[in-house]
Amino acid sequence: MISFSQVRKSYRGGHEALAELSFSIDAGELVFITGRSGAGKSTLLKLIPAIERPTSGTVLVNGQNIGSMRRPAIPYLRRNLGLIFQDQKLLYDRSVFDNVVLPLAFTGQAHREAARRARAALDKVGLLARERANPVTLSGGEQQRLCIARAVVNRPGILLADEPTASLDSASAAEVMEMFRSFNQVGVTVLIATHDEALIERLNARVLTLKQGRLEA
Amino acid sequence: MNAWLRQHAQTFMSTRARLAGNPLATLLNVTVIGVALALPLGGYMLLRNLASVARQATGNPQVSLFLAPEAGKADIAAIEAKLKQLPGVRAVRFISREQALEGLKRSENMAEVIAALQSNPLPDAFVLEAGGSAAALEKLEPELKALPKVAHVQLDSAWVKRLEALVALGRTAVLILATLLAFGLVAVTFNTIRLQILTQKDEIEVSKLIGATDAFIRRPFYYLGLVQGALGALAALAIVYTCMRILNRSIVDLTQPYGSEFRLGFFGALDCLALLAFAAMLGWLGAYTSVSKHLADIEPR
Repeated sequence: MISFSQVRKSYRGGHEALAELSFSIDAGELVFITGRSGAGKSTLLKLIPAIERPTSGTVLVNGQNIGSMRRPAIPYLRRNLGLIFQDQKLLYDRSVFDNVVLPLAFTGQAHREAARRARAALDKVGLLARERANPVTLSGGEQQRLCIARAVVNRPGILLADEPTASLDSASAAEVMEMFRSFNQVGVTVLIATHDEALIERLNARVLTLKQGRLEA
Repeated sequence: MNAWLRQHAQTFMSTRARLAGNPLATLLNVTVIGVALALPLGGYMLLRNLASVARQATGNPQVSLFLAPEAGKADIAAIEAKLKQLPGVRAVRFISREQALEGLKRSENMAEVIAALQSNPLPDAFVLEAGGSAAALEKLEPELKALPKVAHVQLDSAWVKRLEALVALGRTAVLILATLLAFGLVAVTFNTIRLQILTQKDEIEVSKLIGATDAFIRRPFYYLGLVQGALGALAALAIVYTCMRILNRSIVDLTQPYGSEFRLGFFGALDCLALLAFAAMLGWLGAYTSVSKHLADIEPR
């Protein structure tokens, strides 16, 4: 489903974020990517939705080569990915509901069907009662759950989360992790970048450890 | 309803909501565009009316032929016969010097002056009416001047020609003004859209990240430019119409004593629609250039 082979990513100025990275993830897997800050976790996650392109090597997602993908094709790739960003990227000029319904606007769905799916996603993360609230009024844990609802509303096959528990207390973090596990249990491939060792141990899943842009055995 | 149409309908509704949601900014933008368009539009309206006056006057062109004082009855008869044979002349009317004097005496202010005269200073005259255009009459001018005992030939169309030249000059001026202000409209829209893109920077970035196509992101800005241009055109029409009503009130005072029915006329529905379409297109153009320039800057990292 996702396969990296000999992937190198260097930024302008010579900083090498990833070097000779090769691994593959099967459909339905739950994988943690871990490592210290600056080890290349975020860069790895950004390569999958073509936010960054590999400098060399191949990144395949659902059989599509990200490195050679043409710009107009990228939105369609991203619609099959659920992205949860480190900085959340919620829109504070609109309600919780409108944040979740945004990805459905692009696909030209009927208003009623879009609203139904947005409410289903909000229900799944336990925020249905807050749909009219502004995201600013939500707690940290609730905001993170809102991000998850927005990521899954399109029913993506792959869920990518960058430090989803970084700013959460341990109870909220556990809640969020439980959600990822339940999505994984219904067949969604889940990739989580985190440095939270305690959570990784609890979930007992495959772990890719990065060190200076390389996989640590 | 298919998905494409639905997206356009949704975009249109959200554009309306966006404009209505910020009424002051919308009003200011529309006013700027409206005033900018109203200048050439008003000029064009005046010119059209002037041109129609010129057309009415040239519809019935006349030439006055003043005879030399020494012309006798035989000369008059000879000239009349010749005039009647000229091509393009519809009617020939002879006005004797006595008739002319009588006419003058009837007009109030002249009676006293004429009474003071010892002899009749007026010449005999012919008035020719052309069936065709003023230009055809002008061609006759040298021939008329060459007739014996003709002292002076006066073409009534001369002032009309001057008016037409003036109208042509005005048309050029309006065209230049319109071109400049069209650029102005594009620039205003360019800037409005730039600001709008900046305000929606976060939304655009998130949208790009979660699978919005470029077309989807661009569309609302095109609509915004389009609608803003059209609203500006409506404002311009309203401004020009109001000015015309005000001017007409003064024109009535001016023309009533002369028994004239002249009023400034407004544009027809087709002209108004053409203006709306033109302004909307300029708005779209401003939005297009702005979006092309600024949207590429917002690339999520």
